[in-house]
Amino acid sequence: MRKIKILLISFFLFFIPSISYSLIEVDISRGNLNPLPISVSPLFADKVSNSLLKNDIQIENLGLKIAEVVENNLRQTGLFNPLSRKAFLQKPDIAHLKPRFEDWALIKSQALITGKISYKNEKLKVEFRLWDVLAGREMLALAFTTVPNNWRRVGHIISDKIYERLTGEKGYFDTRIIYVAEEGPKTKRIKKLAIMDQDGFNTKYLTLGNELVLTPRFNPTNQMVTYLSYFKNLPRVYLLDIETGMQEVVGDFPGMTFAPRFSPDGKKIIMSFAKDGNSDIYTMDLENRIVERITNHPSIDTSPSFSPDGKFITFNSDRSGFQQIYIMKNDGKKVKRISFGKGLYGTPVWSPRGDLIAFTKLHKGKFYIGVMRVDGSGERLLTENYYQEAPSWSPNGRVLIFYRETKTDSEGKGFSAKLWSIDLTGYNERQVETLTDASDPSWSSLLSN
Amino acid sequence: MFKSIIISTSFHLAIIALTVISLPFIAKKPINIPPIVSIELIQITDITNIPFAPKAKKIIDKIKKEEEKLVSEQAPPKKVKKEKPDAIPLPKKEIEKVKKVEEKKQNPEKDDNKVKQVSEFEKKELFDTNNIAALIDKSKEELAETTIKNKKITQSEDKSMNLSGLTLNEEDALKAQIFGCWSIPLGLPYNENLLVRIKLKLKPDGSVVKSEILDHARMNKPGQGFYKVLAESALRAVQLCQPLRVPSTGYERWKEMQLNFDASEMLKG
Repeated sequence: MRKIKILLISFFLFFIPSISYSLIEVDISRGNLNPLPISVSPLFADKVSNSLLKNDIQIENLGLKIAEVVENNLRQTGLFNPLSRKAFLQKPDIAHLKPRFEDWALIKSQALITGKISYKNEKLKVEFRLWDVLAGREMLALAFTTVPNNWRRVGHIISDKIYERLTGEKGYFDTRIIYVAEEGPKTKRIKKLAIMDQDGFNTKYLTLGNELVLTPRFNPTNQMVTYLSYFKNLPRVYLLDIETGMQEVVGDFPGMTFAPRFSPDGKKIIMSFAKDGNSDIYTMDLENRIVERITNHPSIDTSPSFSPDGKFITFNSDRSGFQQIYIMKNDGKKVKRISFGKGLYGTPVWSPRGDLIAFTKLHKGKFYIGVMRVDGSGERLLTENYYQEAPSWSPNGRVLIFYRETKTDSEGKGFSAKLWSIDLTGYNERQVETLTDASDPSWSSLLSN
Repeated sequence: MFKSIIISTSFHLAIIALTVISLPFIAKKPINIPPIVSIELIQITDITNIPFAPKAKKIIDKIKKEEEKLVSEQAPPKKVKKEKPDAIPLPKKEIEKVKKVEEKKQNPEKDDNKVKQVSEFEKKELFDTNNIAALIDKSKEELAETTIKNKKITQSEDKSMNLSGLTLNEEDALKAQIFGCWSIPLGLPYNENLLVRIKLKLKPDGSVVKSEILDHARMNKPGQGFYKVLAESALRAVQLCQPLRVPSTGYERWKEMQLNFDASEMLKG
């Protein structure tokens, strides 16, 4: 009988509901796009290394210089806000061993970069650590060994690694930009091919300025450049090896060739070939020099650009009566118009990410740089000005570099052409410093992968 | 034999008794269904052809006054909302948008009532003023009830009305706070799933005891490197925001909480 009682009671208890709360869920679908506050502590060097470095490359306090390169790179992105070094409470050497996170959190820093350099046997060793200040832990630690003259590149590589760790996409700092350096009055311009680091340092000239040069484009896989120059008074597409300085004319076309660009694998050049007032798009294989005609239309087809997978080509054509952007398969089939807005569209460039096409638009006397999706939807105009064109993508597809010309006054003075960059948000527009006037920029892919 | 019959009968009785006893526990309380708002579609010509009687004008004025009162009585919860965005460093435009959306969500009856009263009046030239008064009084009562419920949430009331979440006010306060703290990494591939679920254990003052990423395994999957970046940014937001703006009462209800950070809306837009 007792057993039955227990059984009954336990049975009864089973049905008594207990109070329980379901887990509260809150959806956070918005955040801010404010730059991330970051502290770049100067890289610490011991006294011996410092004095040796001063003797060898005549730079005092190299650790600080590298930190400045990193800081400048991060600031230029618009995504980071490097904090003033004056506010730092901890010394670089101690911070590199074990940061006092409270001190860095106090100055509202969310990430911290510390580092150390040493110089031994004419080799420069640079190590750095990236710390998450709020979580109080290390996020990344790497060391590089190189010749001391390469210190700026080390700064760029460190910037790339930090950028990638904090944003989730590859950086674009260890890259170079090729452009046309311009000097002299507008009527008698001297144009030379020039190459520089993406931050405007280490400028070198690749041609002497005897011939007019235009539209240089990097090979995405190596250090080759294709550009337009004049040969026997005809504009022709050239190929140039940056390392050796070797130049050659591409193909033997009975007319003018222009608007060259490499295919994503770097094995082909795609360009326009004009004859008898009609221009069409051609490709040439660089290995076997076989030329292939891609478009065959009585209108002007030009400015071709491959998609990153090489399967599609975007170009502009006036076959509808006005200059508009089209895409087609890489064999010239399935041509489809994608731009339908008011105005003229030109210089389409496929993003390295593959999702967007950048273009120049002319509407009511103003020039715009914009982007649209590959199906033509979501057109966004990023910047507007009196004259600007020729956008070129950063290797991660986040930033566009282009050139902008200013109006001359009534006496023909005041003309200038400068390089500018803008990111996809459209807010972070900056002038890229160059030694001379500059036009037609082209961004290289990352030098180190 | 006799014994087993007794056991069987008692068991059966017990089960019947249990069913009867437990039914009230199992059954949910009847849901408070708001009165159905009937909207009658009428021809525009019907309205325009109605002569505008002086008596009707008085009635309209009366209704308008009553409506104003209603609106003013609804105001207090709105004021609370306005204060919150002020304290948060968000761009003004965004705040305005948020407020508009909230108003729509929270006071659906407000507009409906207007439509109803106006349309009914317009249809019938003359009608019983007592009915309107009754209607208004009723809605007043209902309003008063809900505001009381919202203000004084005791744990016993939670069970019936708030078992599954925070009130809209509480949720908005928390959201607005975290919106300000979360720096979205811009480099994320926006065509991927960008949802990070973080489970929090909280102290009564809103500070975080423990935060845990629920889809931890996804971080180490190939091609999901961006997910780590996203998850870290969400954790940073929680760290930066704490103590979180949690309700002052009902700790048991929110001592564990899940935050679903979704960056896709921001990055696609």
